[in-house]
Amino acid sequence: MITIIRKELADYFTSIRVFILFLLVFLASAAGLYASYQGIRGIEPGTGFVFLRLFTSSGEVIPSLVTFIALFVPIIGIALGFDAINSERSSGTLSRILSQPVYRDNVINAKFLAGIVTLSIMMAATILIVSGFGLRMIGVPPTTEEIIRLFLYLVLTIVYGAFWMGLAILFSVLFRRIATSLLSSLALWLFFGFFYVNLIVPAIAKTTETFLLLQRFSPNTLFQEATTVLLLPEWRGAGILTAGEEIAYMLLNPLSLGQSMLIIWPQLTSLISLTAVCFAISYVLFMRQEIRPT
Amino acid sequence: MDGKIVIETKELTKNYDGVTVVDRLNLHIREKEIFGLLGPNGAGKTTTILMLLGLTEPASGSAWVFGYSPTREPLKVKRLAGYLPENVGFYNNLTARENLMFIAELNNISRAEANRRIGELLEIVGIGEVANLTVGKFSRGMKQRLGIADALIKNPKVAFLDEPTAGLDPEGINQTLDLIANLPQMGTTVVLSSHQLYQVQRVCHSIGILSKGKTVIEGSLDQLGREALAGGNYRIEVETAQPNPQLIDIVNKLPGVRKVEAEGNLLLINADSDLRAEIAKAVVQSNTPLIQMKIQEFSLDDIYMKYFKED
Repeated sequence: MITIIRKELADYFTSIRVFILFLLVFLASAAGLYASYQGIRGIEPGTGFVFLRLFTSSGEVIPSLVTFIALFVPIIGIALGFDAINSERSSGTLSRILSQPVYRDNVINAKFLAGIVTLSIMMAATILIVSGFGLRMIGVPPTTEEIIRLFLYLVLTIVYGAFWMGLAILFSVLFRRIATSLLSSLALWLFFGFFYVNLIVPAIAKTTETFLLLQRFSPNTLFQEATTVLLLPEWRGAGILTAGEEIAYMLLNPLSLGQSMLIIWPQLTSLISLTAVCFAISYVLFMRQEIRPT
Repeated sequence: MDGKIVIETKELTKNYDGVTVVDRLNLHIREKEIFGLLGPNGAGKTTTILMLLGLTEPASGSAWVFGYSPTREPLKVKRLAGYLPENVGFYNNLTARENLMFIAELNNISRAEANRRIGELLEIVGIGEVANLTVGKFSRGMKQRLGIADALIKNPKVAFLDEPTAGLDPEGINQTLDLIANLPQMGTTVVLSSHQLYQVQRVCHSIGILSKGKTVIEGSLDQLGREALAGGNYRIEVETAQPNPQLIDIVNKLPGVRKVEAEGNLLLINADSDLRAEIAKAVVQSNTPLIQMKIQEFSLDDIYMKYFKED
């Protein structure tokens, strides 16, 4: 299996696709940094977590870095997974690999793991670069808690990216044509990122409770809420108890790390289980699929 | 060929969406022979190979490859078997050498050993000079040659070659057939599928003809050829300058002749043995100018057509 992972990683890192993705991510982080350069002056000192504001404050026009990341992580995940299986099938390499003495699940496991490694490298690089430049820019070093929060945020983005990659891999097992699997993944991303949250849920939800409940069916919302709780400790919107009007009367006191963790626990586990479900379905389908070379 | 049977199927059956593609197939393939799997398109040749490799589960029946069941111990079979798929494909962004190295690594062949074998095989299949070119730049025929090298990289005990000569130029076909013919000497049993009858006839020791998933006929080529042509008889064709009715009677009386038919200047004789010398003597003695005489050799075409006409 290590052989396959190594080959997949080599493929990723020599492909133009991943190069473009890296470029995109770095452009986005540059834009995000610029946004926080504009916006970070506006925050009051003494609220703590100045360093985290690098990621969350937005400029006059440019949205914040976390908005960019929330936008790009699904695209990266989809780009890493949409042709995982069907490209091998259509180029005739799948039947050749599977006639070697390797277990069939090694192939799909290796692809998934190689994708996660690539994703992790990308996201870790982004966050580290932004932190480095940000440190130079604002001159305030991060506290230990901020470092832990950033690390948790990194884990969260990787899980979120892994979910979209798992979904894309599922479509690549399901559909023989590469274009079909790419378009289906992108369509689902658009649906959850835009139509579902902005159009469908407001249209059918009568109360705030149902509104929040329905929104949380979207992985995008789960990610956004978890991000906000992790990086904006003052924010209280994501708890079960705080859904509703009373949110307006709350004091703007930052939550402790443990409390933040407690709040995002459901979001995080939902994302992990969604990833696991996607992967499990693709795994089962792949194991049972006929490998006709034609 | 009297090696022991190393590949065997018993009532092997496979359905796709309710259509029976392979129907209670029984095959016997001996060690170090070249076995040709013949049949029209859609006869179930590829499906049979996939089942023997453990890439597809049979609906019922069983198969044995060197004592292992491809269904229950697929990895053991795959360790022994090399496979050239019908539309062989490679990673276009890797070179020929890298593609083979990847497969060698999957087979746990050491790097040094793999390097040696890769160089050797690429030379044998005639693409040694493009070993470090990415496969994306290869033509169909070059990929096919690389595919053959790929199937042999693990030094297999059995090689399943699905249409090994597809897409090759005439020279490539000759080289490939020579290569295949040499495999048994290196200890490899070969199962190849094809519809190129003359190619099969050139290299195969035994054949099995499939039609609609059933074995129509199976056995060694010599024996099948005799059986196909007039029940084991020799067929001799005599051409004379003009028809001579008396000659028919004379030939008919020769010992061993079974039947004589005249077609214009041609005499078609069925005999128990090769009676060319006796017949020539009879023709000359009857004062009929003899133009030519030949003994009909069976060709695989005859065998093939005979069994498909009867269908």
